[in-house]
Amino acid sequence: MPAVTQIRSRTVALPATNIDTDQIIPARFLTATSKAGFGKHLFADWRYDADGNPKADFALNKPDAKGAAILVAGRNIGCGSSREHAPWALQDFGFAAVVSTEFADIFRTNCLKNGLLPVLLDEKTHAWLLANPNIEVTIDVASTTLTLPDCTQVKFPLEGFAKYCLLNGVDELGFLLSKNEAIAAYESAHR
Amino acid sequence: MTTKPKTMFEKVWENHVVVPETADTPAVLFIDLHLTHEVTTPQAYTELRSRGLKLRRPDLTLATMDHSTPTRTEQVFGGVPIAVDSAAKQVRQLEINAQEFGVELFNLQDSRRGIVHIIGPELGITQPGKTIVCGDSHTSTHGAFGALAFGIGTTEVGHVLATQCLLQRKPKTFAINVVNKLPAGVTAKDLILAIIGRIGVSGGTGYVLEYRGPAIEAMSMDERMTICNMSIEAGARAGMIAPDATTFEYLKNTPRAPTGAEWDAAVARWSKLPTDPGAKFDREVEIDAATLVPMVTYGTHPGMVAPVTGTVPASGDAVFEKALQYMGLAAGQTISEVPVQNVFVGSCTNGRLSDLRKAASVLRGHKLAAGVKMLVVPGSQAVKRAAEAEGLDQVFKSAGAEWRESGCSMCLGMNGDLVPAGHYSVSTSNRNFEGRQGKGARTLLASPETAAASAIRGRVTDPREFV
Repeated sequence: MPAVTQIRSRTVALPATNIDTDQIIPARFLTATSKAGFGKHLFADWRYDADGNPKADFALNKPDAKGAAILVAGRNIGCGSSREHAPWALQDFGFAAVVSTEFADIFRTNCLKNGLLPVLLDEKTHAWLLANPNIEVTIDVASTTLTLPDCTQVKFPLEGFAKYCLLNGVDELGFLLSKNEAIAAYESAHR
Repeated sequence: MTTKPKTMFEKVWENHVVVPETADTPAVLFIDLHLTHEVTTPQAYTELRSRGLKLRRPDLTLATMDHSTPTRTEQVFGGVPIAVDSAAKQVRQLEINAQEFGVELFNLQDSRRGIVHIIGPELGITQPGKTIVCGDSHTSTHGAFGALAFGIGTTEVGHVLATQCLLQRKPKTFAINVVNKLPAGVTAKDLILAIIGRIGVSGGTGYVLEYRGPAIEAMSMDERMTICNMSIEAGARAGMIAPDATTFEYLKNTPRAPTGAEWDAAVARWSKLPTDPGAKFDREVEIDAATLVPMVTYGTHPGMVAPVTGTVPASGDAVFEKALQYMGLAAGQTISEVPVQNVFVGSCTNGRLSDLRKAASVLRGHKLAAGVKMLVVPGSQAVKRAAEAEGLDQVFKSAGAEWRESGCSMCLGMNGDLVPAGHYSVSTSNRNFEGRQGKGARTLLASPETAAASAIRGRVTDPREFV
């Protein structure tokens, strides 16, 4: 996994609350056997009309969304299905961070495993970001801060090991494999 | 020396810690059972292959196919190809991966195949005190046996395949104390929908739920599985119920449960799992079962739920309004007046034998209302055979419903079993998200009894009218 240290980008706001992973990537696209190419199906049922044309009023289709790497979503994003295709789709589309006031557990874990940064903010800052989309912010992993255009810095929580892995591009499977001796000892004690 | 009273979750967690968590690193947690299926594993096997890794514990890994598999008999057994090319490829990929890595696989025509969360308990490999994971959020189902069972993503599937372990921070505990007993005609599904309505779709985030109290103790294992299954719809990765005589009775005659002296030792071990008196939960809530009635959802997440006897609630919230707009419903509308064009009985929530019996008991001697399509999909091939042995298939077919082979089917429509756009679907499944059962489909979650009653009347119907 490549290291993630700082994300400086414009935001896209999607104020809906409880955005479930079925919206992020509908089930009909899950028959793929690779991780690639889910971006074109991201939010498919919100993004395209019945004929498959982009809906002009959907946030991700607006011209100023182009190139934006930070998605500001309503409270409790990622609830529902455990499909890791959701963070794969967000990343493939171009997002590097997702901002909300609440993240569903499995979705948050899946994001971190792929270097897609979940940024949990206080309600006031979050509400401001939703009300003021398409502004440039800076997210810094080492200091766990999000910096607004007026230079206000807001802290966000990030579990220590997840932060270490992001900053150093550490692969968790490698870490787990390094515990082989302890795992073998556990296995022989529990046969 | 007295030991601190522990919750059931804490006992199971502590029994599986390979390396304890520290401020800097999460715990390394051992996994006793890894259930796998075709949708969330291909990329994990690709990762193992690219690193030259083997499957660490084939003996603790089982594969089935359920999500993208067809349910039409001619497609499962008659050689008619799977309609969706990519689904056919995915199923084939699972066969290749299982063969290459040495995983026991129940393939499409295997008599033991079924929805992953139905077959684990059926086989008796779902057991109290185990840690169980699967790349599927409804893994919480297995918590009904006093297991710690939760859904994981595909990267974590790879971790478990390669190391039989996961990196985990210890979650918090949340007791759902269900006092008193459920009134006649009110089911486990109604109770769990009421619980989700009460604590909300993110109320359980960060917690492992434990369902407790007389209403839970009185439930069969099938009912307990319905409860634990939907823990994730309240945001909780896992839900647990203390193992007891009901649990042991269920497991005793399953094909892979321990036998002889090993059975006795297992029961002795399992009997120590329930939460100690005086153990502290991080959060508790009390639900009075006696006050409940059949419940049905009216919105686009499982927390938007109301009594079947009630009306669609009002809210000034824009997101709430958008959900009602999607559903084609208005605040104040009488729920029992909502028309129904589609009924689905099945899924890991309500696709077990007792669920089919309950739906059949309502449906027996009736016909589907004009314009209603009903699909009945058993949770496993074993459930299908047992239902047929009792003649339940005939009840469904005589009423005009379709009787299919097992699978996830119309719960998420991956296999082509879809609800048409704009149609109302009373479904015994677990999610009423926008488009879950098909683009534009309008799902109302309910019990098998409510689903069957609604199929007869062609509108959302209180099943107690058929008692």
